[in-house]
This record gives sequence, structure tokens and C-alpha cells, in this order.
Amino acid sequence: MRTRNLELTVGAFILAGLLALAVLAVKISGLSPSSAGATYSVHAYFDNVAGLTPKAKVTMSGVTIGQVTAIEFDKTRYSARVDMDINRKINTLPADSTASILTAGLLGEKYLGISVGGDDEVLADGSEIYDTQSALVLEELIGRFLLNTVSKEE
Amino acid sequence: MSVISRVALLGRAGLDTVSALGRSGIFLSNALLGRTRFGNSFALLLKQLYSVGVLSLAITIVSGLFIGMVLALQGYNILVGYGSEQAVGQMVALTMLRELGPVVAALLFAGRAGSALTAEIGLMKATEQLSSMEMIGVDPLKYVIAPRLWAGFISLPLLTMIFCVVGIWGGSLVAVDWLGVYSGSYWSNMQNSVEFVDDVLNGMVKAVVFAFVVTWIAVFQGYDCEPTSEGISRATTRTVVYASLAVLGLDFILTALMF
Repeated sequence: MRTRNLELTVGAFILAGLLALAVLAVKISGLSPSSAGATYSVHAYFDNVAGLTPKAKVTMSGVTIGQVTAIEFDKTRYSARVDMDINRKINTLPADSTASILTAGLLGEKYLGISVGGDDEVLADGSEIYDTQSALVLEELIGRFLLNTVSKEE
Repeated sequence: MSVISRVALLGRAGLDTVSALGRSGIFLSNALLGRTRFGNSFALLLKQLYSVGVLSLAITIVSGLFIGMVLALQGYNILVGYGSEQAVGQMVALTMLRELGPVVAALLFAGRAGSALTAEIGLMKATEQLSSMEMIGVDPLKYVIAPRLWAGFISLPLLTMIFCVVGIWGGSLVAVDWLGVYSGSYWSNMQNSVEFVDDVLNGMVKAVVFAFVVTWIAVFQGYDCEPTSEGISRATTRTVVYASLAVLGLDFILTALMF
């Protein structure tokens, strides 16, 4: 009986440890196999991606529909190429949709927002979003504002 | 004392260190790679899992709870100044999983289980139980040392995971139930920022490395101690000091490699 109790407590201990791993995976890191399901890839060129990072969200109407997979500098176009994966279920995005880099809150993380266009053709795997809007850089904004006030005074 | 004898003293200390390292390496490989017949060894491992793992559970859970609660409280007080107190869940989870979980669990493990292992094996050596085992043809490495090593390797990662979960839950207790952070943003901020492979699994890799190092140090210090009462007390102290230093030093190296 003594060994049986010992076995029971050790078994419960190991079970608790494995359960903790499951909690860490599902509840805390939000790991779910379905989220990494079928996607298609599109890319876009931006003049300035300041602050956008791989794994950033791609959203539409505030709903996450994909994520940024890679950001690199294109040396022939002198602009930044952003690759993103979009959920295959969202397959009706018009080809002239706009991708803009937005900020969550005042100091929050950068993410990509897609606003819908009017084209009949839809984005498919490997296609490019031509209409893009770069990240808002605070210094440029302040610079422009200062320039405006100075020129008004004159 | 002349300069020459000082240099000789330094040399002897160096030789002692190197030979202790070599002995511990041989000891570890003999204990782990020696032939074991399955059957009896399982019952021995079970007993050690109980005394090393299950009995460390209480201290791990209580400390995890308080560390999570204190993190949430401190984090809230700082973050509320920037109006971003929803990020407290993210802060608690990342701190627990990446650093505090593995490190504090390993330090507690060194103090609670490591010192007990050293003292137990040291006393076995002092009372000549180990040599009597050898006399009757039983390999103490196989029947005393190996089950304790494996029990340590298995227990600490499990304890670390429990520690992290309890800590994060304790954080939510303070942040959500007491300070009034919205529970949806507590958990969703956390889930958005915590990556399973980068954060959870890397933390567990740390826990496995610490388990290996702490148990190795504890068991070797017991096996290698001077078989007197002072020898046992010195070995127990060394276990806690060396294991804590090794954990903290390795943590820096692992963090630099991982993140």
C-alpha cells in the first residue's frame, strides 16, 4: 500500500508538470494549430517601414487576417519590401487594396492595415499590393509642423 | 612564506580543481552510462522522484505564487504611469518564462533538494554504507547515484513549468482581481507577445540545463565529500554555493545565446 501511495503521488506530480506545459502552450502562448493553417503570400513596397517587424499583425477592419513574414531592403527599387501571409479564407481582397503601416495606440506596436479597394480582380498568391502608405515618423511630422508655423509667421 | 611556496600553493589549488572536475566528469559518465537492468531501477527512481520532486512542490508553488504577485504589483505601479497597465500580463509572463521561472526554481531546487541529496549521500559515505555496498558486490553508482541524478533531471523541468504557471496565475490574481486590469486584455496581450517556441521552449531548455548542472553538483559533492561531520557540512554548503553560482552564470550565457 505504501508503494502504491508513492506511485500515486509521483504520478500526480508528473501529470501536474505536463499539465503545466499544456497550460503554457495553450493559455499563455496562445498556441493553436489552426492559426498556422493555409495562407497565401503577397508583398508590398514601402518608402519607410520604421518600426514594423516580422510577425507583426496584418489587419483589416481591425481583425487580424495574417502576419508579416519578412522585411528586407530592395536595392534596385530603393524601398522596403514587406512579405506577408494572409489567411486563405480571406480570398476576396481587391487587387487595388491599400496597405498602410499603422500604430496601435500612441506608443504601441506597428502593424499593417489593409483597406479595401474597388477592383474586380483579387489578390492571389505572389501578387503585389501597389498602393501603400508608409509609416508615420514622428520627427518628420514635427519637422513639417515646424516648417508650416515658420512659413506662416513670415 | 616565500614566493616560491606561494606559487606552489597556487599550482596545487589549480591541480586540485582540475582533478575534481575530471573526477566529477568520470563519475557522471559512469553513473549515467553504466549498465542498468530495468525493473528494480524503476522502483528506486520512483522513490527519488518522490523525495526530490514531490517534496519540493510546496516551496515551488508558494514562491511561484508570491513572485508572480509581486511582479504584477510592481509592473502595474510602473506601467500605470504610462497608461498601459494592460501590458502587465505580457510583462509577468515574459519575465516568468524567460528568466525568473527557470532561475528561481533552480535556486530553490538547489537549496531544497540539492542540499538534501549532498547530505544524504555524504552521510552514506561517512557511515561506510557506500563501501559496504561495494563489498557485497553492489555498485553504489547504479543503486544510489543514478536514480538520484535521473530524479533531479526529471523533476526540475516539471517544477519549473509548475512554477511559471502558478506565477502567471498569481499575477492575474493581483492584476485582474485586485487592481482591476481587464482580464481580456491581460490574457490577450500575453498571448500576442508570448511565442511558444521562442519563450516557452527556450525557458524549458534553460530548466533542463539547470537541472543537469544542479543535480550533478549536488550528487558529486556528496559522493566526493570528506567522510566526517565537518566534511558533510562543507560539502552541503559547497553544493548550494556552487549550484547557485553555476545557475546564475549559465543563465547569462544561455540568455545571450537565445534572446
